[in-house]
Amino acid sequence: MAIPARRRVADAAAFGFAMAATLFGLFWLFWILWTTLRQGASALTPQLFSDMTPPPGSSGGLLNAFYGSAVMIALGLVIGAPIGVAAGTFLAEHGRYTRLASVVSFINDILLSAPSIVIGLFVYEMVVVTAGHFSGFAGGIALAMILLPIVVRTTEEALRLVPDQMREAGFALGLPRWRVTRQILYKAALSAILTGILLGVARIAGETAPLLFTALNNQFWSASLNGPLANVPVVIFQYAMSPYDEWHTLAWAGAFVLTAFVLILNILVRLLARKGK
Amino acid sequence: MNATLAEDSGLVASTNRKSGAGADRAFQLVTAAAAWFVLLLLGATALSMAWGGRLAFKTFGWHFVTGKDWDAVNNVFGALVPIYGTLVTSAIALIIAVPVSIGIALFLTDIAPRWSRAPIAVAIELLAAIPSIIYGMWGLFIFAPFMAANVEPWLSDHLGSKAIIGPLFSGPPIGIGMLTAGIVLGIMVIPFIATVAREVFSAVPPPLKESAVALGSTRWEILSRVTLPYTRSAIIGAVFLGLGRALGETMAVTFVLGNAHDLSASLLMPSNSIAAAIANEFTEADTELYRSSLIALGFLLFVVTFIVLTIAKLMLLRINRQYGRTH
Repeated sequence: MAIPARRRVADAAAFGFAMAATLFGLFWLFWILWTTLRQGASALTPQLFSDMTPPPGSSGGLLNAFYGSAVMIALGLVIGAPIGVAAGTFLAEHGRYTRLASVVSFINDILLSAPSIVIGLFVYEMVVVTAGHFSGFAGGIALAMILLPIVVRTTEEALRLVPDQMREAGFALGLPRWRVTRQILYKAALSAILTGILLGVARIAGETAPLLFTALNNQFWSASLNGPLANVPVVIFQYAMSPYDEWHTLAWAGAFVLTAFVLILNILVRLLARKGK
Repeated sequence: MNATLAEDSGLVASTNRKSGAGADRAFQLVTAAAAWFVLLLLGATALSMAWGGRLAFKTFGWHFVTGKDWDAVNNVFGALVPIYGTLVTSAIALIIAVPVSIGIALFLTDIAPRWSRAPIAVAIELLAAIPSIIYGMWGLFIFAPFMAANVEPWLSDHLGSKAIIGPLFSGPPIGIGMLTAGIVLGIMVIPFIATVAREVFSAVPPPLKESAVALGSTRWEILSRVTLPYTRSAIIGAVFLGLGRALGETMAVTFVLGNAHDLSASLLMPSNSIAAAIANEFTEADTELYRSSLIALGFLLFVVTFIVLTIAKLMLLRINRQYGRTH
């Protein structure tokens, strides 16, 4: 019995729509990447990595911004990752099935999607107002707050994937719980936990909103975490919004380097994760 | 001999347990403290926003939400325009992203050749990895001029004079505005909705779909009568997740929305959003009341996204329970 034409048409339409939707999504990805590649590649110069951010109307590089970003990402990592791994461990191991763990797990998912600009405001209130000035330190704390929920979530998931037999084997050897966690579970889940941390780094590398009023920006070379610190995203923001052509070019160069870094990290992590399985 | 062995091993185990007990307790305390820290962070964020915004709430009361004048010179702050802009751009984003995401999920679970599914899924996820500032730059320099040259003139010529929807599409085609911002936001939330939708689509028990096939259903009928009803709560959760992202998205919107504090019905006109207003104006806020008003905006944004994301999470948990999973 043949399917009536009306149903066949509806089916073909759904098929066509699903294909078109996928092409639609991929179309934007390629358009945005192509723009960044074309505009950025032509703006790449050796000065980009050797000179400081220039005043309006002259040429220069982004060295101080790269340095500031690297330092703040490292700070965010050093603060956010250990707390995140510890909290994730609590959710998956020591606090499993407790009320606290389920509440924290829930709240963590909300933090994961919370607007990053609000995190910037919070760190402004807590750190910048208290200290009386903008600082790279405040920027690092803001980035740590973005990283934290990502690490918590991935650590919890990574530990849950470790089979219970491994825990039982550890207990059967008479190991106390913390050594089971540290010596068996962390080892088994290591690559998945690292994957989560690296994805978190990729995420905070591009975060702009939480740095706008914590690290602010700094046109000059500064190695101090105790004052305003230049960083790639905020420099891109300010330069792109400016009316100067030289600044636009530098903004594209920064955008290119940033996008390349984030995408390569994302793809590498996925390849490693697949290999791990 | 057996007894001694047992005693020995008992001894070993008990000393181990004794020396381990203190360390175990410490380890547990440290991890529990980290978990509490996550809770505290959320609480502290809400409290500090409420505290920082108290001056604005006290000064303006309900007018802070209903007033449309945002005037730094005269120190009058009403947030209606940014609130309106946030809601309208997010609505446009969802109108675009929801059907597209469901289409992508359908394509990836049922239609695409098996070898192509993983690469396409990764490509869609990469849309979420691109930093929002890149969306902003692309939006400002490439997409907004494209809209101004090709799309908006057509819209205002063909739809601008229509009876009911006319006012939405009238005005000069300048590229920067709520429509452009909404489209960019839509692209940005597609990966979030599509990824969840794909996961729940592929978790539909095969026997359900197979029964539909056995009854002679077409793919469209399977989607509309089996897959979507079965995954309904998770799809609603995914949509709310996307909404939460769209409401709070800052940088991309800041670039293409135009930072204008005028209330206009036309989607082609510049406007403002809560996040964009904070990003643009916070470092320039020179009076206590101005700064407090911006923090109060942050508080509103935080509360609204908190509610939206809570709904999302509850809807997503519901489908897990339906599957009999506890986590």
